[in-house]
Amino acid sequence: MKIDISKYVTSVASFALAGGLAVNAASAETLTVYTAVEAEDLAKYAAAFNAHHPDIEIKWVRDSTGIVTAKLLAEKDNPQADVVWGLAGTSLILLKGEGMLEPYAPNGVKELDPKFVDSEVPPSWVGMDAWVASVCVNIPEAEAAGLPMPASWKDLTKPVYKGQVIMPNPASSGTGFLDVSSWLQMFGEEGGWAYMDGLHENIARYTHSGSKPCKLAAAGEIPIGISFAFRGAKSKAAGAPLEIVVPSEGVGWDMEAAAIVKGTDAMDAAKKLMDFVVSKEANEMYNSGYAVVAYPGVAKPVEHFPEGLVDAMIDNDFDFAAKNRKAILAEWQKRYDSKSEAK
Amino acid sequence: MTDAALNPAANTGPRARFNLEAWVMRGGIAIAGLFLLVSVILPLYAMLSKSFEDKDGNFVGLTNYATYFDTPSLAYSISNSLTVSIVATVIVISLAFAYAYAITRTCMRFKGFFRLVALVPILAPSLLPGISFIYMFGKKGFMRELLMGEPIYGFIGIVLGSSFWTFPHALLIMNTALSLSDARLYEAAEALRASKLRTFFTVTLPGAKYGVISAVFVVFTLVITDFGVPKVIGGQYSVLATDIYKQVIGQQNFQMGAVVSVMLLIPAVLAFSVDRLVQRRQVALLSARAVPYQPKPSRGRDLGALIFCTVIAGMLLLVLGVAAYASFVKFWPYNLSLGFTHYNFEIMDGGGWGAWYNSIKLAALTALIGTGLIFTVAYLVEKGQGARFGRVVIQAMAMVPLAVPGMVLGLAYIFFFNNPANPLSGIYATMAILVLSTVAHFYTVAHLTAVTALKQIDGEFESVSSSLKVPFWTTFSRVTVPVCQPAIFSMAVYLFMNAMTTVSAVVFLYSPDTNLASVAVMNMDDAGDIAPAAAMAMMIVYTNLTAVVIYGLLSRFVEKRTQAWRTR
Repeated sequence: MKIDISKYVTSVASFALAGGLAVNAASAETLTVYTAVEAEDLAKYAAAFNAHHPDIEIKWVRDSTGIVTAKLLAEKDNPQADVVWGLAGTSLILLKGEGMLEPYAPNGVKELDPKFVDSEVPPSWVGMDAWVASVCVNIPEAEAAGLPMPASWKDLTKPVYKGQVIMPNPASSGTGFLDVSSWLQMFGEEGGWAYMDGLHENIARYTHSGSKPCKLAAAGEIPIGISFAFRGAKSKAAGAPLEIVVPSEGVGWDMEAAAIVKGTDAMDAAKKLMDFVVSKEANEMYNSGYAVVAYPGVAKPVEHFPEGLVDAMIDNDFDFAAKNRKAILAEWQKRYDSKSEAK
Repeated sequence: MTDAALNPAANTGPRARFNLEAWVMRGGIAIAGLFLLVSVILPLYAMLSKSFEDKDGNFVGLTNYATYFDTPSLAYSISNSLTVSIVATVIVISLAFAYAYAITRTCMRFKGFFRLVALVPILAPSLLPGISFIYMFGKKGFMRELLMGEPIYGFIGIVLGSSFWTFPHALLIMNTALSLSDARLYEAAEALRASKLRTFFTVTLPGAKYGVISAVFVVFTLVITDFGVPKVIGGQYSVLATDIYKQVIGQQNFQMGAVVSVMLLIPAVLAFSVDRLVQRRQVALLSARAVPYQPKPSRGRDLGALIFCTVIAGMLLLVLGVAAYASFVKFWPYNLSLGFTHYNFEIMDGGGWGAWYNSIKLAALTALIGTGLIFTVAYLVEKGQGARFGRVVIQAMAMVPLAVPGMVLGLAYIFFFNNPANPLSGIYATMAILVLSTVAHFYTVAHLTAVTALKQIDGEFESVSSSLKVPFWTTFSRVTVPVCQPAIFSMAVYLFMNAMTTVSAVVFLYSPDTNLASVAVMNMDDAGDIAPAAAMAMMIVYTNLTAVVIYGLLSRFVEKRTQAWRTR
């Protein structure tokens, strides 16, 4: 009897051990991937990659652009991320300057539009797509409040819009930052800040994320939300009575980009992911939400996207944006971070 | 007998056991002290010292504090925090007093129902009222006219939201305060022909004085340290609790986060100390000769009380109901058809359904480990022999968590546990640190519950046991634990519910593997997905409701078996 029990225990234990090893072997590798891609797309991105590499598990850490950037910078001495997939190009240029990226030329990177690839060889980062600023206007709400349809950025500073506009906080949101950086480039440094002083008078509040202003406009919570085109198109598709306005002065944009974080202990898997990131298949996937992607000839028109959006994209100086990011944010916070000072 | 007593050799047996017992007792007290030191005191010390350091860890004195006061947008939050806390406290105390008065001092009908409904907010995270108010008072809210054009985002929203979730806490204290009163005082007042109003001010209010004062400090502390309400509906009205979050998560400026934490710690500790001092002065109101007050029916008063309680209870249920309803509406306000689309958490921020499972795991572990630990420590402190100094120190340390805001504790844990030099740094970013922080965060109330229950047990049990040479752990498991069963159950359900709803400490400590439901509510709201946030908040409410029902059934079942001695 006693022997039976011990036999039983041994067999169960060895079975469990074998099972454990088998499970370990199956999920050989985990990549911690930092991203600012919209949460609803993450599963799709991971599934597309896993179709080719089922043995590499992606563990997403998602937040708004500014948060992910700040997190990466804070972890500089002890990086937690293996790969960054879907973060603002401006942020990656900044991280490259800090020496935090591992240069790698993914297989097939030559196919990409050179504008979307770091100019150094091998490149430290590769672009995926461009995300473009837009203004979401809730048509019935704007009518109810007696607001004319804005046509330009300057329109938004008119007194009629007082308290009717929401925009993202550039310190936390990549969309917010590309707006601010584009205004400074289009209107000049002095003109840009003067413009924001005027706009600040009309802002009801600044949100944490860049998609929230458009989602709030879609829900009628605010008539006008400064956001990005993809978000507006999605809300429109969900049935929101939105007009997506492309301001006449031109619109800021940033690219979503990917890079390997220096110091990763999963270099092989990271390289495989980067190879996928630049593939034609991946670019077709980005195209479902982004009208401009890095792989030439792939982009098809996106449903509900406003006309003339691509032509309105400004000639963005990424180096300016990356180099001055810290100073711009400090100035912005000093001027506008507390609504209590303004009113 | 005498032979044995005289013979030293015969004495070694019992004495050795007595020594073992004392040794175990001292060991237990030492471990308890060590636990509180590691889980509360040392992290706070780490945070405090961080506020005097620069980014590279050099001591810079008060430089960070100078920067803080030189940045108007930061320093402004101090007065913002104080203003909302004071206004919300005044509102909650007045309403809770009237509500408790109606329950304890009138002959209104449906008292049991009103008593129960008033506790509903305890089931929900403090993020929930913020979410509901967007649907009620936001631009497209169905009650927005009530605000007469004022936006809900900001001061009004924070005050209303705070009033909702702190109401039950104030009410519980008021109910106790108002239910103890001496009918002879009212008879005397009547005999002296004092008017009703005069009686109210000279008898009722003074009698409830200590309860009211205590409730004032409890509500004030809850509001000023709360993160959930201002996060969701604070708009640009910044308060200290949201500033800590912005500094730490938004800008990874840990030193400034530590400075703001100290700013938040000061009012919380002050409120706590004043309350303690006041409570010390309380003398027994009910003497042995007191006659419990029995309200007499009075039609006008009872009807007024009924109307008042109906309005308040209706509002509490409405806030919860709105969140429940909104979570099913497909696209507010343009498509009001109902469905489960917002419960598809997998396509949202916050970690999907996994976050909900994690929360249940955290709550269950916190309830299980926390209750066992806190009760044992309370036993050692209350009934222990020897190591008097150690027991006094533990008693004092056990009170500290009540004065420490959750945000501050969470940040303190980052500093203390995310330090490679700390041998415990391995628990960082795991479920273990979430359980530890949650037990520590809610330690004091559970500890006080245990102490109160233990005080009711006569010390004779310990004396008798020790004279019968029964070691204390046998008395503990055979007498103390069964007798205290009701208190142990209520500690467990208290810890469970708070672990489900808390955001403040864990928001700094969760990792991609340990997403939590309450944090998911916040993250979904941050991304603008308000309806899914409402859905997850309601999942927390349903979970807590289930826990309460299980608690009710279980305690009825166990009470029959362990509490028969209470009835004769």
